[in-house]
Amino acid sequence: MTESSVAIDHATSHPALQHHFENMEQQREAGTIGMWVFLVTEIMFFGGMFLAYTLYRSYYPAAFAAASNHLDITLGAINTAVLIVSSFTMALAVYGTQVGRTRMQNICLFLTLVLGLTFLGIKAVEYRSKYEDRLIPGRLIPGREFGPQVAEANDTDPHKLHLRDGASVRQVEMFYWIYFAMTGMHALHMVIGAGLLTVILILSLRGRFSPEYHSPVEISGLYWHFVDIVWIFLFPLLYLLGRHVH
Amino acid sequence: MEEFFIPKPTRVDYLKAEYGLKSWLLTRDHKRIALLYLYSITFFFLIGSVYAMLIRLELLTPQGDLMQSTTYNKTFTQHGIIMVFFFLIPSIPATLGNFLVPMMIGAKDLAFPRINLLSWYIYLVGGLVTIYALLAGGVDTGWTFYAPFSTTFSNSYVVATGLGIFINGFSSILTGLNFIVTIHTMRAPGMTWFRLPLFIWAHYATSLIMILGTPVIAITILLLAFERFAGIGIFDPAVGGDPVLFQHLFWFYSHPAVYIMVLPGMGVISELIANFSRKNIFGYGFVAFSSLAIAVFGFLVWGHHLFVAGQSIYAGMIFSFLSFAVAIPSAIKVFNWTATLYKASISYETPMLYALGFIGLFTIGGMTGLFLAALATDVHLSDTYFVVAHFHYIMVGGTLLAYLGGLHYWWPKISGRMYPEGWGRFSALVVFVGFNLTFLPQFVMGYMGMPRRYHMYPPEFQVLHVLSTAGASILGVGLLIPVIYLMWSMRYGRIAEANPWHLPGLEWRTQSPPPTENFDVTPVVTWEAYEFAPPEETEVVGTFRE
Amino acid sequence: MSEHIVPVKVYLTIFLALMVGTVVTVWAAFFDFPWRLNTIIALTIASVKATLVVLYFMHVRYSARLVWVIVASALFWMGILFALTLSDYFTREWLPL
Repeated sequence: MTESSVAIDHATSHPALQHHFENMEQQREAGTIGMWVFLVTEIMFFGGMFLAYTLYRSYYPAAFAAASNHLDITLGAINTAVLIVSSFTMALAVYGTQVGRTRMQNICLFLTLVLGLTFLGIKAVEYRSKYEDRLIPGRLIPGREFGPQVAEANDTDPHKLHLRDGASVRQVEMFYWIYFAMTGMHALHMVIGAGLLTVILILSLRGRFSPEYHSPVEISGLYWHFVDIVWIFLFPLLYLLGRHVH
Repeated sequence: MEEFFIPKPTRVDYLKAEYGLKSWLLTRDHKRIALLYLYSITFFFLIGSVYAMLIRLELLTPQGDLMQSTTYNKTFTQHGIIMVFFFLIPSIPATLGNFLVPMMIGAKDLAFPRINLLSWYIYLVGGLVTIYALLAGGVDTGWTFYAPFSTTFSNSYVVATGLGIFINGFSSILTGLNFIVTIHTMRAPGMTWFRLPLFIWAHYATSLIMILGTPVIAITILLLAFERFAGIGIFDPAVGGDPVLFQHLFWFYSHPAVYIMVLPGMGVISELIANFSRKNIFGYGFVAFSSLAIAVFGFLVWGHHLFVAGQSIYAGMIFSFLSFAVAIPSAIKVFNWTATLYKASISYETPMLYALGFIGLFTIGGMTGLFLAALATDVHLSDTYFVVAHFHYIMVGGTLLAYLGGLHYWWPKISGRMYPEGWGRFSALVVFVGFNLTFLPQFVMGYMGMPRRYHMYPPEFQVLHVLSTAGASILGVGLLIPVIYLMWSMRYGRIAEANPWHLPGLEWRTQSPPPTENFDVTPVVTWEAYEFAPPEETEVVGTFRE
Repeated sequence: MSEHIVPVKVYLTIFLALMVGTVVTVWAAFFDFPWRLNTIIALTIASVKATLVVLYFMHVRYSARLVWVIVASALFWMGILFALTLSDYFTREWLPL
């Protein structure tokens, strides 16, 4: 057997090279694969909730349609657009680091962060209106249990539930639980993403990233895009399913 | 005469590299983290064993005289939770895997050392939350947490325990993530996939399961917790939910989890069988791919836990067929290990005793699984002691034996000391006898109709229960002895040379214990896995004696 | 550096495609298509959007094969969860053998 010396001269290597990696390329590859493996766990995590949604939507189509129609489609659509723009700015930020255009990189990171916070703000507005209409399921809010007002035949009050085709309030509650579980979990991931972006932005402003070393920005981008993709599916499934039924 | 290059110690070993509590609690060295896990896992194993002893004591007599039924429910629940989540799932990967994966591929550490340390802290936090729940009053739902008892009717600490398990899941995920990335990106030059030790293949497959399965139980526990304290329900029929959905989501993870528990053990056994027979594993490629096959097929069979739960009979048939299929890769391994032994130069040190025990006991466990996979027999055997015996044969007769075998085998590498061989062999035999005496009667009583999770039973089962409890006491003694002599050996054991078993594996081509960065220089691998000279050309190594 | 730099024009095109997809999906939601076409259309548009994000914004189009395998595996596994669980629910009402 032979052993040969492949010693690394860490004195002349990039300051960001960690001691257990042979070179920056290996470190970058490891980081990228690591984030992708993590995203797999996120896909399976949300998958469980998508399964519950699929099952109960097939069981209670009328209730789900009625409940979905009660969501604010305008705010939902705006939020979708907000996230898509934020994905675009995130991609541009990564591009900026790749080509060394630091001003572009910093501005785009900042925009991504602002758009993410905007999304959360709009979400808060939506949640608030659900709170007011007593649509928060179960005893999640102690003292304010699920108890929306159900509209009569000709009542067009938008704050009341408009049921038809045998939909029951209990089944509508099921929809809202799934709605809050999924959008709530998504919002939590957005909050984490915003935190991540803040850190990346600060590091970027301090000049930590360059065309030779920017994998943290890329990896954060992967996370951000993933959270966008979850919303790309949530929006039609939660907001649009009953619009063609009046 | 075959000789292996044994390097002279040139650097301080990892145990002496730094002193002080901080150097351990803030370490990034995968070997130190492995030891941290070793101590904490042993701690949780002791707690789980106490619950096991309480169960066996209660079952000595047909009446429920040692404890009330709710207490008994808490005892077996907590035994299951501690043993499954805080012992079996992390055991081999977090101790032996953490220690050996970088060494076996020629790397200096895992890809993400700080995440590795974080995974240990997360494990501790999850364990402490669970212990809090146990001390505060315990949980009585069974480790399976079935709805609607767990969501609505149980008056125990379901949410707290669930939280502990939820937190612990992240430890599993981070470990698996680390292994996958490391194995893909940090193999030494020349270390191609098919030169990897089978231990690595097994841990790679295990990591795939950890990554794909654990998140599903995470969301299931969260949904369970919310259902319980907020009164909403996707599992509660009163609000239109389905309790069987809980079972689907729970077992989607928990069945692959049993493969998380046994696959690393199989990896250890491949190492032990090959190395203590001085022979390349028969059918290396088959064994390697069978690990992957088990990981994949393991995800397709969870419905066999729902045969009598109200699942559609058509789904039941699909799951039954797939459950038969999943036995095939496991059987392939058993055949290949056996073929390896044929005409080999076998030596019967402690690790080999455990490995041989594994082959027999795992086979029994696996075959009894097939009885359960058949729909008709499962109706008779479901929720009886037959099932209990089946999974203990695999988890104790399989995983625990592999863990002990691996611990002994690599002990000189980990600690730089040899364990006392006489005591090692003695306790291996005591464990084997005690184990079989404990669980063989359980097959019989299960078939005769003794239900699981009952603390009172008709008198005709008592003889079998007494045998089982006697066996458990012997098993307990057999397990306690290694704890004592391994700890003793760390201080007083004979100092081991770098390669005391004279083996070709990469981990043996550096000091025992290794220096912090594992190798003096990055190895360039030019040999195949398990490259032994033919038996005629090697000196037969008996016990390690000067 | 084996990194592939995607030009801004590509990002811009993908971005516009995503916005168009959003508009289309909202617009199509208000039409009453026969059978389950509403759902199919919505999910198809969402899948196309997601695919564009994965391939271009997340650079999978230009990444090593390993990344493709990882993405495909995740989708496949979610598929297993769905297919086998729903195989129970959708066959419960079937007539016994």
